[in-house]
Amino acid sequence: MIRRWIARIIAPLDAPLLGLILSLMLLGLAVLFSASGKDLMTVIGQARSMLVALLGMCILAHLPPQYLMRLAAPAYAFGLVMLIGVALFGEVSHGARRWLHLGPVRIQPSEFMKLALPLALAAWFQYREESLSFKDFLIALLLFIVPVGLIAKQPDLGTALLIASSGCFALFLAGLSWRVIVLAATAGAAALPVAWTFLHDYQRQRILTLINPASDPLGAGYHIIQSTISVGSGGIFGKGWLSGTQAHLDFLPEPKTDFIFAVFCEEFGLLGELILLGLLVSLVIRGLRIAGHSSSVFNRIAAGSICLTLFTYTFVNMGMVAGILPVVGVPLPFISYGGTALITLMLGQGILMSISHHRTIVKR
Amino acid sequence: MKSRNREYDQALSLHAYRSRLQVATFAILAGCALLILRFLWLQTIQYEHYRTLAEANRITISPVVPARGMILDREGRPLASNYSAYTLEISPSQIDDLEATIEGLSKILEISPRDRRRFRKLYEESRNFDSLPIRNRLSEIEVAKFAVNRYRFPGVEIRARLFRSYPEGASASHLIGYIGRINDADIGRLDEAGLRANYRGTEHLGKVGIEQSYERDLHGLTGSEQLETDAGGRAVHSLARKEPVSGNDLTLSIDLSLQQIAERAFGTRRGALVAIEPNTGEILAFVSQPGFDPNLFVDGIDQANWEMLNQSSDKPLNNRASRGLYPPGSTIKPFMALAGLQTKHRTTETVIQDPGYFAFPGSSHRYRDWKPEGHGTVDLHRAIVQSCDTYFYTLANEMGIDVIHDFLSQFGLGDKTGIDMEGELPGILPSRPWKKARFHQDWFGGETVISGIGQGYNQMTPLQMASATATLASGGKFYRPHIVKSIRDSLSGEHREVKPVLVRNVGLREEDFTAVRNAMIDVMRPGGTAAQAGAGTPYSFAGKTGTAQVVGIKQNEKYVENRVKEANRDHAWFVGFAPAESPTIAVAVLVENGGHGGSTAAPIARQVVDYWILGKKANGPAEELGGDTPPAKPGGSGEDTHND
Repeated sequence: MIRRWIARIIAPLDAPLLGLILSLMLLGLAVLFSASGKDLMTVIGQARSMLVALLGMCILAHLPPQYLMRLAAPAYAFGLVMLIGVALFGEVSHGARRWLHLGPVRIQPSEFMKLALPLALAAWFQYREESLSFKDFLIALLLFIVPVGLIAKQPDLGTALLIASSGCFALFLAGLSWRVIVLAATAGAAALPVAWTFLHDYQRQRILTLINPASDPLGAGYHIIQSTISVGSGGIFGKGWLSGTQAHLDFLPEPKTDFIFAVFCEEFGLLGELILLGLLVSLVIRGLRIAGHSSSVFNRIAAGSICLTLFTYTFVNMGMVAGILPVVGVPLPFISYGGTALITLMLGQGILMSISHHRTIVKR
Repeated sequence: MKSRNREYDQALSLHAYRSRLQVATFAILAGCALLILRFLWLQTIQYEHYRTLAEANRITISPVVPARGMILDREGRPLASNYSAYTLEISPSQIDDLEATIEGLSKILEISPRDRRRFRKLYEESRNFDSLPIRNRLSEIEVAKFAVNRYRFPGVEIRARLFRSYPEGASASHLIGYIGRINDADIGRLDEAGLRANYRGTEHLGKVGIEQSYERDLHGLTGSEQLETDAGGRAVHSLARKEPVSGNDLTLSIDLSLQQIAERAFGTRRGALVAIEPNTGEILAFVSQPGFDPNLFVDGIDQANWEMLNQSSDKPLNNRASRGLYPPGSTIKPFMALAGLQTKHRTTETVIQDPGYFAFPGSSHRYRDWKPEGHGTVDLHRAIVQSCDTYFYTLANEMGIDVIHDFLSQFGLGDKTGIDMEGELPGILPSRPWKKARFHQDWFGGETVISGIGQGYNQMTPLQMASATATLASGGKFYRPHIVKSIRDSLSGEHREVKPVLVRNVGLREEDFTAVRNAMIDVMRPGGTAAQAGAGTPYSFAGKTGTAQVVGIKQNEKYVENRVKEANRDHAWFVGFAPAESPTIAVAVLVENGGHGGSTAAPIARQVVDYWILGKKANGPAEELGGDTPPAKPGGSGEDTHND
């Protein structure tokens, strides 16, 4: 009886995905222990977040995709209202308006939107499947430009760009013609100088210091200099777990969150990076396989953009630590300290599992 | 459109979708390749480079503190400057037994009890990783002595540093202010302003006066140096250097000679003097006596000096010029007279009879004139020249407090003047709404009466009175008072002149202004209240004396100066400007407990105005003038002024 019950719970969980996720989580806890200066409380706290996230993933994995599809539009609308709420009444912390107080709960609507937006776009393309025209792509564009604009205004450029990219992935997977993609990319490149004028001073500074970190070694360039030193000094085999000098001598900024990968590189070296990158890319490729075998437009677009976004996170964070991308606040999936981002991430994985599990049942 | 639809239908087919996934997969692999190439570059090819950087922590980025901008007087004489010297510094975090270390050091070098006290105070206030000076201004011999013994004192180092110095000592101390070591509260403020990075390595910032108000100009931009260090953390050589940008030099409108003449004129008396150029708002002298030596504060003041300054009954740390509040007394009368003329409550011909007091009809309470027997028949001119109280009691009573308030506030009374120095107090120019807000009480007619002679609730700073006098002197043009005349940008070397700011033009009728001015000229002549101080000026001098009550006098009592305790004696005021027809200087003087304005405050003003108008022109460079400016002799020096 109990065994059957457990079997039912486990049934929708995709074994390769789950295996990869658990390996990444364990690795993450090990790195966090080192990055936090051997602070067990931090590690326990993160482990607790992981359990919550796993639970959330299980729940979503059990929900059939059609159900998720019906939730998509209301979830999107809710997220949008909260973003507007943040713009109007949000709490200012570190110079940016990102948090919203709803009674005792403090939420970050941009985090919610990371999931709601790809689902909403997928649902939209499913809804318009029979008579998809160019106009529908324009409407989809509008659907993601509005929340992205609101988030960029907070200002949280990193999250805005990531959500924008997940929207672009959805358009791409929905079959936006190459001609339009090439045109848009050209127009986008041409508009870069205009975009520059809209950036905040500190954002421009970050991009400038990427080009020449030595121009401001005490201010914005400091992060990049110290993080490249961490990575480079790790060498092929690394300095060994708990032996990274950069991290433990406080040279590295934000060693638990955005720059945790620098700690990892210093301690585990090139080999460690190949393993970690291998795990993350395997997860993405496995997800893309699920997407490729799924049956409905909603499933394909949702699964595909979730996977591609996961890779984007990985790429942006690692690129930032390695000094080839500007410093933006993007955590490394499964490794960086912090519960909210982890839960969002795992809910995405739950959706993937749901799509994978229900692909044989759902026929259109 | 039909064909377009079909095109998208096709695109949505599973086949097309999978080809898109393939493109995506390819992009992912390309991204991975890019990352791996970067890792290879950093971790294999560049590995040695980064290993040396990290492993022994060989490279340190150390800030290079910019030289603080100088503060100069209007002739270019330094009021605050820098000099380079060696200091002996201790990093307490690297030392186990601090007392033993200091004891050991004192066997090699002289360490005075004052040095020890100051060090202890710094140590209590410091943050963990600070390196704190135990001795300043080491001689070459002392440096050599320590160098020989250095191995015995880990955590103790010799450093070359720039020091702030105030060559004029206590002169203009309230104006210049001083710098002091950065404390936790300062750090919080710097963080808020986003200036923390620029203050890495900086240990001092401006705490009061111009040093504080122009901190941003004076500090400069911190440079940086990448240093290669040995295992002990000592610099071996410099790899790269970004030069700091020195702070901007400030040229003040203050004339140091004028300032010092004013300070000397006060002698041991307490008080304040502010002199303003009426056509620009430039502050020519800004005195608050007694002053203090700002050099004491630069490296942390020691306990004994701090207590002495803080507990002295003379309160030398109080900036009386812009933060001292005093009832203006009779110096308000020229403004009251203008108010009466402008609002048509008086003409120059209107006369009143002064029996020696003013009383409301049917009331026995007498508002007494300073002259018990009264001034008899008084018109506006005489009322100012002899400072008749009764005339202004009546005038105030007829105008009402709100009319008075609205007129006088145009001269900036009861409000901050907007001077470019922090901490100025606004004072009080009372009105019905003010009293309601402050005391929740209605206004009484009697309060209007005493307001007419600058008593009651009125509280003004000497700066405010000087500014109002300057406004009066220029026929109603209120220029915002300012101390900094020009700023020299250290990057471009350009001088940026501070432009005069006309706050408002109080529209004065020419004949009203002339009537008041002529009366003020006669104040300085035989028969006027400042005749003695005004005697024999070769230029025309317009002024007004004032006396501000410190304690109230009962109805039937008589104020006898000798019988009143010094601290309860009246404050003496004088305001004036010269030459009266085309003024180049307006001045306000306050002498605390100085008694009569005519006998203590006006002579100080006279010395200042004499120097400004005669001294410079007659005697050329200020240095040649010497200490005591003799009052100009009638006749002779008048001709001198035409000779330059």
